[in-house]
Amino acid sequence: MNALLAAAGIDPWIAICSLVTVVITVGMGFWTAGKSKSAGDFFVAGRSVSVGWNASAISGEYLSAASFMGVAGMVMLNGYDALWYPVCYACGYLFLLLFIAGPLRRFGAYTIPDFAEGRYDSPLFRKIAVCFVLFIGFFYTMPQMKGAGTTLAYIFPGLHYSVGVIVVGAVITLNVSLGGMKGITLVQAFQYWLKVFAITIPIFVLASIVGHYQQHLEANKTAQETVAAAPAGIERKALTAKAPKDEQWIAPFGSLTTKAVDNAIKAAKTPEEKAALEANKKPYSLLYTYSLIIALVCGTAGLPHILVRFYTNPDGVAAKRTTMWVMILIGVFYVFPPVYGVIGRSLMPELYEAIGSKGTDKVVLELPTLLAGRDYPLLGSVLSGITCAGAFAAFMSTFSGLLVSMSSALAHDIYGRMLKPESSPEQRLKAFKWAAVIIGVVSVGLGTQVEKLNINYLVGQAFAIAAASYFPLLFMSVWWRGMTMKGAATGMLVGGLMALGAITLTTLSDVYAVQSLADFWVANPLVRILCEQPAIWAVPLAIILMIVVSKATASTVPADVRMKMLVLHAPEALGLKQEYIKEHEGLGGH
Amino acid sequence: MSESPSTPDSIHSDAFLARLMRDQLKLSIACALCFVVALVALPLLNYFQPEFMAQRVFGFTLTWLILGVLFFPFVWIISYVFIKRSIALEDAEAKAALDGLTK
Repeated sequence: MNALLAAAGIDPWIAICSLVTVVITVGMGFWTAGKSKSAGDFFVAGRSVSVGWNASAISGEYLSAASFMGVAGMVMLNGYDALWYPVCYACGYLFLLLFIAGPLRRFGAYTIPDFAEGRYDSPLFRKIAVCFVLFIGFFYTMPQMKGAGTTLAYIFPGLHYSVGVIVVGAVITLNVSLGGMKGITLVQAFQYWLKVFAITIPIFVLASIVGHYQQHLEANKTAQETVAAAPAGIERKALTAKAPKDEQWIAPFGSLTTKAVDNAIKAAKTPEEKAALEANKKPYSLLYTYSLIIALVCGTAGLPHILVRFYTNPDGVAAKRTTMWVMILIGVFYVFPPVYGVIGRSLMPELYEAIGSKGTDKVVLELPTLLAGRDYPLLGSVLSGITCAGAFAAFMSTFSGLLVSMSSALAHDIYGRMLKPESSPEQRLKAFKWAAVIIGVVSVGLGTQVEKLNINYLVGQAFAIAAASYFPLLFMSVWWRGMTMKGAATGMLVGGLMALGAITLTTLSDVYAVQSLADFWVANPLVRILCEQPAIWAVPLAIILMIVVSKATASTVPADVRMKMLVLHAPEALGLKQEYIKEHEGLGGH
Repeated sequence: MSESPSTPDSIHSDAFLARLMRDQLKLSIACALCFVVALVALPLLNYFQPEFMAQRVFGFTLTWLILGVLFFPFVWIISYVFIKRSIALEDAEAKAALDGLTK
């Protein structure tokens, strides 16, 4: 009973740290709101952000609840296989840097739909391209909302998950509709540094008291070791029933990638069936791993809310420099979340038994409270408060960024270009604010539905959709002169929609426990893997379709394709960009 | 280049564009290959050499150390090399083209 009462109480330190983060974020939004006047300020911060600021801001926007909470939770739950997430989140930027960042910046357009229209002179293509900003965006906001619900349910133990989602969603939506992107650059940059501080300091303190990363990893025995060679001084709590076994957890091809086959084995009736499935287990697992890698690496290069930031660089060289700094800033960050997962497995195995917002996704928040049991109760509370503040920074910054790019898509593309092309800048600004409110409400609604799903898993799904739609579009449009609008549209639509469909199917069957689908997955584990991780077929499919259809419609290659390619690839010193923009301003296009 | 670089239109020629794109794409693909080889090889090593990859190095398993720690600096090195060469390439192209124009 005493324990129950204590659990209902709210730790003042944790609540204070979280509140301060929210107040600073909102305050900065209001403070900068007065400074952003024009529509250009609102959409891409007047394109005048320095490399250091922009790299911090991109990193701040990118490090979402999935990175801050989800990676640790997933490493704790699935072990080695989950490490691919942080690594590919960080390294995916390399593809962006190598193939897309510089040329895209030189082209001089606000958003990806701008690029799609400008590259193919096709307003129709803009309408198609804009849809995916919303598809990817909504998939990406769901896990942020789960992060918010989980964190609030942790800080206020009695609070229902969906109340947290609604409160946080409302605060951020208000903030975005008041501040716009100018405010966000500053706030995002600040939040990057807050997140790095919040993930590193607690784990350094914690590890110095309860034992280090590699020591806790050593406590898990591999398949070859008969007993775990736990170093002296490393205590470990007994694993609970639902926790994966050591040798499965620490090795590749563990529970994350073999789940589909394991479910099928459980349902298999004859020993022959079981043996056949066992033989397929590892090859399928390898397939899953590769598909996941493709989704994350290509997906990073196709995220609309990240790409829009590259237009805030002064030129293509700055865009490349920014990308390199982003890789360093986020790479440093991503070393740490798995440490929480590893130590959490040793010392907080009870999280394996809980589901939804009480499960492993909250290990980052709760782990520091272990110190209370080691005679440092105050330190534990303060550090837990710090990780909660980091979590707030994580979902607030990413949700804000998504809200800006989705609202821009609605206000700038759908309202400003399709519905009311003659609208004044003031009207568009107003439309932006309303769009933010509409999207905020929809995101909150979706967020309340996904409590059962893993934060990191959901973000991975958004990446897969981006990888099958925007990545092929950008990559091929930048590097292949023969692309036609029809080819680009066909590839992006078919690849993107099929990936979206496959992912929606798996997500729906997991959230609402559809029995007929569950039976189908059990009977066809390979289909389940290919639907859960569609990148391995959807990305090549999109690219092949682009090539085939473009070849078939080769007569419709834009007439000025050479000029467009020069704008994309020629160094700024040649002054081609200006020429292009003036030309189009004359025509009333850009 | 087939055309004389002294004509003001030289930067608008197909040959200039083709060379520009080819040089930059070559550099990008070379860097991407280093990265892709590592990404493809690590799961394959895990698949075919599980014991080797599971040996302990400073308490980590070898594969955990590579993926969880060493992969990040590896990618930084690739991106640093790319940026340096790519900017040098751009400068050289711009200089060559502008020299051609002012002649």
